[in-house]
Amino acid sequence: MTSSETIEPRVNYLNCDYSLKSWLLTTDHKRIGIMFLISITFFFVLGGVYAGLIRLSLLSPSGSLVSAQSYNKLFTMHGLIMIFFFLIPSIPAVLGNFLIPIMIGARDLAFPRLNLASWYVYVLGATFTIITAVTGGVDTGWTFYTPYSSIYSNTHVILMATGVFITGFSSIFTGLNFIVTIHKMRAPGLTWFRLPLFVWAIYATSLIMVLGTPVVAIAITLVGVERIFHIGIFDPALGGDPLLFQHLFWFYSHPAVYIMILPSMGVISEVITCFARKKIFGYNFIAFSSLTIAVLGFLVWGHHMFVSGQSIYAGLVFSLLSFLVAIPSAVKVFNWTATLYKGSISYDTPMLYALGFIGLFTVGGLTGLFLATLGMDVHVHDTYFVVAHFHYIMVGGAIMGYMAGLHYWWPKMTGKMYPDIWGRLAATVMFIGFNLTFFPQFILGYLGMPRRYHVYPPEFQMLNVFSTAGASILGIGYLIPVVYLLWSLRYGPEAGPNPWKATGLEWTTPSPPPTFNFDKMPVVTDEPYEYSREINTRE
Amino acid sequence: MVAHQFDDAAQQREASTLGMWVFLATEIMFFGGLFAAYTAYRYKYPVGFAEASRHLDLLLGGINTAVLLTSSLTMALAVRSAQVGKRAQIVGFLVLTMLLGLAFLGIKAYEYHEKFAHHLVPGASFAFGGMHAREAKMFFYLYFAMTGLHAIHMLAGVAVVFYMTVAAARGKFTPGYYNPLEVTGLYWHFVDIIWIFLYPLLYLIA
Amino acid sequence: MTDHVLPVKTYVAVFFALLLLLAATVTVNRLHLGEFGVVAALTIAVIKTILVVLFFMHVRSSSRLVWIFVGVGFYWLMILLILTMSDFVSRTWPPFSGGPL
Repeated sequence: MTSSETIEPRVNYLNCDYSLKSWLLTTDHKRIGIMFLISITFFFVLGGVYAGLIRLSLLSPSGSLVSAQSYNKLFTMHGLIMIFFFLIPSIPAVLGNFLIPIMIGARDLAFPRLNLASWYVYVLGATFTIITAVTGGVDTGWTFYTPYSSIYSNTHVILMATGVFITGFSSIFTGLNFIVTIHKMRAPGLTWFRLPLFVWAIYATSLIMVLGTPVVAIAITLVGVERIFHIGIFDPALGGDPLLFQHLFWFYSHPAVYIMILPSMGVISEVITCFARKKIFGYNFIAFSSLTIAVLGFLVWGHHMFVSGQSIYAGLVFSLLSFLVAIPSAVKVFNWTATLYKGSISYDTPMLYALGFIGLFTVGGLTGLFLATLGMDVHVHDTYFVVAHFHYIMVGGAIMGYMAGLHYWWPKMTGKMYPDIWGRLAATVMFIGFNLTFFPQFILGYLGMPRRYHVYPPEFQMLNVFSTAGASILGIGYLIPVVYLLWSLRYGPEAGPNPWKATGLEWTTPSPPPTFNFDKMPVVTDEPYEYSREINTRE
Repeated sequence: MVAHQFDDAAQQREASTLGMWVFLATEIMFFGGLFAAYTAYRYKYPVGFAEASRHLDLLLGGINTAVLLTSSLTMALAVRSAQVGKRAQIVGFLVLTMLLGLAFLGIKAYEYHEKFAHHLVPGASFAFGGMHAREAKMFFYLYFAMTGLHAIHMLAGVAVVFYMTVAAARGKFTPGYYNPLEVTGLYWHFVDIIWIFLYPLLYLIA
Repeated sequence: MTDHVLPVKTYVAVFFALLLLLAATVTVNRLHLGEFGVVAALTIAVIKTILVVLFFMHVRSSSRLVWIFVGVGFYWLMILLILTMSDFVSRTWPPFSGGPL
């Protein structure tokens, strides 16, 4: 490890300047990370409200809580907000922004002003979303399928599409910044294979952000133009092909799911190794698997279109490629498990989330294979089976990974420790609530309950009631950390530079770090995750 | 001149250049979406597209291509002038680049005006004789979308070149520091490359 | 980033080559080669692009990393075009021209 001092300075990135202006005009990657944290938390709550309304509505088979069109708006807004305004920015813009420069021994990202621009662009796109939400929302589904979105829908498609288009640039700026930073600004001695696996994960994510987002931007621009000019680019009656939109849309939106999961996987790699006190098993494999997922993830988008009228030959190719992309994910799960084996495991809050991630992500991933199987997908496409599958990955996987990361690096970001007992309680409540919400949905989907319908056959009611009950428990689970994390800011004990006795450059700086991260630029001589060398005692 | 996050000028230069290349990769994918739409519909409607393409002015398009190629030359020479420290030459070549860019946009504007006058702009006033009117409309939609997006990028490019011209006139660029010019050049050449493909794909179908 | 200063001659030579290729594109178009016309036009465009990329954009003397990103951009565009077109082109192939449903 390095030899830099860890005396806690009086001045850190938080208290150096309290003025609002110093925050709004900051170029400090740590402050920008905190600003993103606040923004995405707001949207998580908003998306959660929509989810709550959906589950409430689905308590009764006749769906009498809201009208059919309102229901369509609920799931559309839920999806759009959760994907574009919470999940995609979450780990990269919060934890990535905060940690990447510190993890590689740099003073800041390569382009600090571009980083600030990324936040402002996010806020601008978010504003369009809020306006859309309060003026009646959109009812096209987050997927904006044509020709409904381009011709027939009477809702604020263009407003919302503009919001998504703008926010896409936030993603592109962040990804570009990370790629250049990781290539060019690593500390002396920090070769690629000494990098924390979190950095590899963020790098792979950034590649996807940068290469995929522009295509969906064009896709929704064309929808907007079509709505205004009615040329027929996606209208079959005028010679257009709705599937062209779907190709352009899913070219990004499938890799987008890897944008959402790869950073979480990066967090898990960090957390597992720390709380098993054991060097990660198969570092190279995990590093390369991140890149492989990024590349293969771009080759499988047609599996969202098996029953759309896409050529069956294309479907066959996409199905086969979709099987392939499961392999690098499985490699990670095997390696994490092997890391746990004969490790000295402690069940602190971050570890609970990480363990939950491994189990739930595995379920979600395996059910993805069901869906990649063309013949099977014909039966369960557009049912709750799909809904359950992606929520296992996005909530059971990605969000749990985000929670793990938030709890792992909270002491670093704030200098305070939260009460671990409450953290573990919240994680447990979340785990229970999550499974109660979404496992019944696998059954419902398999039995044939369609998704995006506000009504359903009465025989499905019991499972829907379980699901809604689970959702309320899950909601409580998410509320608990808000309380104790905020509490910790004021009343929590000082965390010190390395409360978890973890390896990694970020744990050699004070908590919270000073504005320029290091008193002296580090020189890296050690391999990562050298836990076997340390004495495994905890204060 | 070295920003605080960088260790030295070399790191700043390399980061800046790599950043522009990553940005250009995003631009390839951005235009790529339109190229994908074009490919799909040209494949579907070869006859309609060919017929519609005949209504484009081959000569003007060709002249515009030559204009852009020349502007790439002047842009490259502007960067070279900075490399050898000839301040007046930098400004001269940048001004030429700008003028050529504006000439391109001027010719484009004229072409757009002609299309409008001949009712070839997709929309209420579109009128195209023969069996393939629907497909021709699709062609013109893509024509305006692709050349329009390209023109927007040209305009942004001209603005950046103007900014660089002012900086160059003030003596900002030396053989030791000309990276902003270099990355401006990268952007400019990229926009030229897009047009290198647009010209045959749109104007030379038939 | 390049420290090599290319002589003016080189830039001008590349420029004339580009103009020549432009003339070639127009000429080939006049020949009405049908299907092959697209291939010819795109080939010429690719050659022009290579010249611009290598010489005007200094990639010839750039680092391997830059070469990789140039390749990545091109490669990803190909993924988009090829896999998308694989659907459109094979939709009418027998015997499954109706899709799975």
